[in-house]
Amino acid sequence: MAETANIKWVVACSVDDIDEEDVMRFDHGDATFAIYRLEKGFHASDGFCTHEQAHLADGFVINGEIECPLHQGRFDIKTGQPRNPPVCIKLRTHPVRVEGDDVLLGIADSEGPGQS
Amino acid sequence: MSAPTSMVIIGAGQTGARTAHALRENGWDGAISLLGNEGIAPYDRPPLSKGVLLGHKTAAQCALYEDAFYRDNHIDLRPDARVKAIDRAARSVTLATGESVPFHRLLIATGAEPRRLAIRGASLNGVHYLRTLPDSLAIVDRLAPGQRIAIIGAGFIGLEIAATAITRGCEVVVIEAAARALMRAVPEVVAGYLVDQHRTKGVDLRFATQVDAILGESRVTGLKLSNGTTIACDTVVIGIGVTPRTALAEAAGIDVADGIAVDDTLRTNDSHIFAAGDVCSFPHRLFRRRIRLECWRNAEDHARVVARNMLEYGETYSAVPWFWSDQYDMSIQIAGMPAFGSTSVLRETGASSRVFFALDGDGVMVGASGVGVISEIAKDVRIAQELIARRAIVPATVLADRSVKLKSLLAAEAV
Repeated sequence: MAETANIKWVVACSVDDIDEEDVMRFDHGDATFAIYRLEKGFHASDGFCTHEQAHLADGFVINGEIECPLHQGRFDIKTGQPRNPPVCIKLRTHPVRVEGDDVLLGIADSEGPGQS
Repeated sequence: MSAPTSMVIIGAGQTGARTAHALRENGWDGAISLLGNEGIAPYDRPPLSKGVLLGHKTAAQCALYEDAFYRDNHIDLRPDARVKAIDRAARSVTLATGESVPFHRLLIATGAEPRRLAIRGASLNGVHYLRTLPDSLAIVDRLAPGQRIAIIGAGFIGLEIAATAITRGCEVVVIEAAARALMRAVPEVVAGYLVDQHRTKGVDLRFATQVDAILGESRVTGLKLSNGTTIACDTVVIGIGVTPRTALAEAAGIDVADGIAVDDTLRTNDSHIFAAGDVCSFPHRLFRRRIRLECWRNAEDHARVVARNMLEYGETYSAVPWFWSDQYDMSIQIAGMPAFGSTSVLRETGASSRVFFALDGDGVMVGASGVGVISEIAKDVRIAQELIARRAIVPATVLADRSVKLKSLLAAEAV
């Protein structure tokens, strides 16, 4: 994502809403996102798989990867890189920061809705 | 004579194409021949009984790769290559044209073909099977509102077609010879739950019923059942299982046991020849028996492992089977081998979502079947897949308790 874009920070959830090694869905405006909690912090990506319309939040977090619930394609959570078939298109990631108990999602103004 | 440096793959379906890809990903830079006989480039089969039939997906959208992929990766894709024989002594494959294609390693990924129903009228116009893209496109044309569709066989293919046909406004009857649906795939309780959903949608399902004949002069007009009744219909679709295509292997003296018999590295009794996907049966350490699977995930996983083993990595295949089906707005996901269980534990994961765990006589989890809304079943089935891989023993009371997060069991079970 472009560093120069204006980023709007929105509260997505609180820290305790997501177990470690798990994922939660967050809808904002027309867009849907997936917020992940790994051992070492929070991450975020577009909410839908890049292969077919499936909420990644219904998927399974394993070894730093998110596995789609439809066909078990996997992405690297930190980079969005596709890891195994059938997914082959990169997943868009978004910045996350934690303030107190809040998990904030950074949405760039230049970005459209998080839909594939 | 210099050693042949070509990887040859017979069968340009999902297993064949994915293996070709995986060979390149694993660094093989010699020749790869991908020999198909369907006349088109490899495509994805799951949409054939779902998206394509519903009109949501075009034939072109089913292609596994763009044409450029084969060119860029120097994969010699021949969609019209008819393989006549495997010459093990010469380590080559003989085509119908007489051409001989030498191999360094050979993969047989010829898949399976629909079992044919040998009854009167089975070759009438309007009688269909579903395996290939042309099969699917031919059925699409028949699924118009008001059309009467008779489906023979209440397996996954039959039920998916039933769901699509009802959704498209057809009248649908399903005839099954066995006492219930999905006999080989899931326990009775799971099948019963699914059948209830179909009946609610208006599908007429009849079990323990044989079809004596398909009626009609040149086109189908109906079915004659063994109980004497006749059902009028415009189209018949037969989905009574598949048979692995083992003829080439058998003729070459390769061992066959309900499919081409491979070891747990997917190698046949000829060390230069492998088999993968629907066509092979393989020993599975978790279930302690030889199994043969007919599904998408298995084709994916086999391809990944067999490619490495053709390059002599010697990896054991032990993935827990995983399968899905879509019917109406319901998702069905299955992990492991539910049919190998002797008891079933129900977990209600939502208003109309259920996960059924299958435990064997020792209480070891061997399968899980989820039916319902994907957000209410996918995670639990996926976690069950991990538990099955660990041969976990989890008390039934815990599995049935919705308030216990299954993921916590993984941590407890962690080794």
